[in-house]
Amino acid sequence: MIRDITIGQYYPSDSIIHKLDPRVKLFATLMYIIALFCGKGIVGFAVITVFLVTTIKLSKIPFAYITKGLKGIVMLLLITTIFNLFLTPGDKTFWHFGILQVTNVGITNAIVMTIRLIFLIIGTSLMSLTTTPNQLTDGLEKSLGPLSKIHVPVHAIAMMMSIALRFIPILVEETDKIMKAQMARGADFESGNIIKKAKNMIPLLVPLMVSAFRRADELAMAMEARCYTTSDIRTKMKPLHYEKRDKIAYSIIISFVVIVIVTSIVIPFPQ
Amino acid sequence: MSIILDKVSYLYGKDTSYEIMALNDINLKIDDNEFIGIIGHTGSGKSTLTQHLNGLLKATSGHIYVDGEDIYDDDYDMKKLRGKVGLVFQYPEHQLFETTVFEDVCFGPKNQGLDKKTVELRAFEALYNVGLPDDLYYSSPFELSGGQKRRVAIAGVLAMKPKVLILDEPTAGLDPAGRDEIFDLLKKMQEELEMTIVLVSHSMEDVANYVKRIIVMDKGHIMLNGNPREVFKYYKELERIGLAAPQVTYLMHELKARNLDVDVDVTTVEEAKKSILKALGR
Repeated sequence: MIRDITIGQYYPSDSIIHKLDPRVKLFATLMYIIALFCGKGIVGFAVITVFLVTTIKLSKIPFAYITKGLKGIVMLLLITTIFNLFLTPGDKTFWHFGILQVTNVGITNAIVMTIRLIFLIIGTSLMSLTTTPNQLTDGLEKSLGPLSKIHVPVHAIAMMMSIALRFIPILVEETDKIMKAQMARGADFESGNIIKKAKNMIPLLVPLMVSAFRRADELAMAMEARCYTTSDIRTKMKPLHYEKRDKIAYSIIISFVVIVIVTSIVIPFPQ
Repeated sequence: MSIILDKVSYLYGKDTSYEIMALNDINLKIDDNEFIGIIGHTGSGKSTLTQHLNGLLKATSGHIYVDGEDIYDDDYDMKKLRGKVGLVFQYPEHQLFETTVFEDVCFGPKNQGLDKKTVELRAFEALYNVGLPDDLYYSSPFELSGGQKRRVAIAGVLAMKPKVLILDEPTAGLDPAGRDEIFDLLKKMQEELEMTIVLVSHSMEDVANYVKRIIVMDKGHIMLNGNPREVFKYYKELERIGLAAPQVTYLMHELKARNLDVDVDVTTVEEAKKSILKALGR
């Protein structure tokens, strides 16, 4: 049940996408999002779709595994689609009832927004699925490195992020365990209305909080015992450096964005 | 009350690349008032097996019968099953959440839908049975020592009055005194309250000292199933799967090899002592 969440999870494989430098993937994700929100018209979206599908194919992650992550946002998607569909004014109105109306602009908006959201989730989860949390924070730390010149504690932020990410699977496992333990004592997490359900969560949340604090405490102690500090210049065991494939990836992603923007300007049809 | 497992198999992460066969074709019968020890290497399927016995995990294939009823029938009452088969997880003190010890122990019977008086009576009884000093009944469970917390957690399951009590490593992380207390408690419950106790453990000494039947798990299979004397005869096979026999078994084999006529099948220190004295003719 709770283990089905795929957002923020790593899927081990030895594909070319997995091997790319995390900075490239971070940059690519950013570019991809820009392309996604600048893209207009059928040709633009076709280019994005081709790019996305090719990347998924290259990453060797089963398509079904990626789409599992979409389950969690079905509600959000539905709301976005419905709001866009019924509440957008336009030049041609096909149907209206009170403040609700279906217009040509509403229909295209609903379709475009839904596609954008789905592509956004798939694209970003593709990054987390192909990059381990450690690589990700390493990449972030290196990319944001220049900010430390203006006294932004980049290293501390990266460390906090990697700890937070590291704790997710631990807490998921812990939740699963406590849930089972309370179910063995007859607790019921499924039935009842929303207030009852929330109340039933107490036997789960209290032990979870206690254990989260205990773990944080232990980790802090262990780090201190190893003389951890953020003040000195720290060296890396495996420093990041670019390979040939990373440079190729950079040129591909930049040309991708350029193509999407150009096609969207030249052929903005139908929007 | 008997539990019968018929060709039970369980797959973790079905249809993903992480698929693992945690249980493979398990056939097992647990009778009334037994004291069973389940041993096995980490990842051998012990914990998975125990979670099947009260329906927390549903077998991928196979059937489990409790009191002759198939627990996977659509109309089977899982809540009733959890009252019959109590499961104490590893480090059970991590599940405590109420403001007082007493309230926490009440949680189980309350979920069974009993009236307030019965719930409180059962909580008292359970706390009394685990031998917690009564001036601690109304203190916060987070103020107790590790051993006391564990006893409170066990009481929380006991208060549901299960016929079968399954404990996953109940003594992990306790000092020797705390460990003996827990084992004596289990023995008392098995003898006086006529419960069936199923114990998952890593310690061969503990298992040899207390249980009447040992089930050895390896890679999702049941490798050996019998009383301690029979099982520890196969100590060479046990070593191959990362386990061992109690230390006295090794001592007795060594003595035998040095021409002292002792019984090599003894499993406890007490028995070993008798056998050695006899062999020495005292």
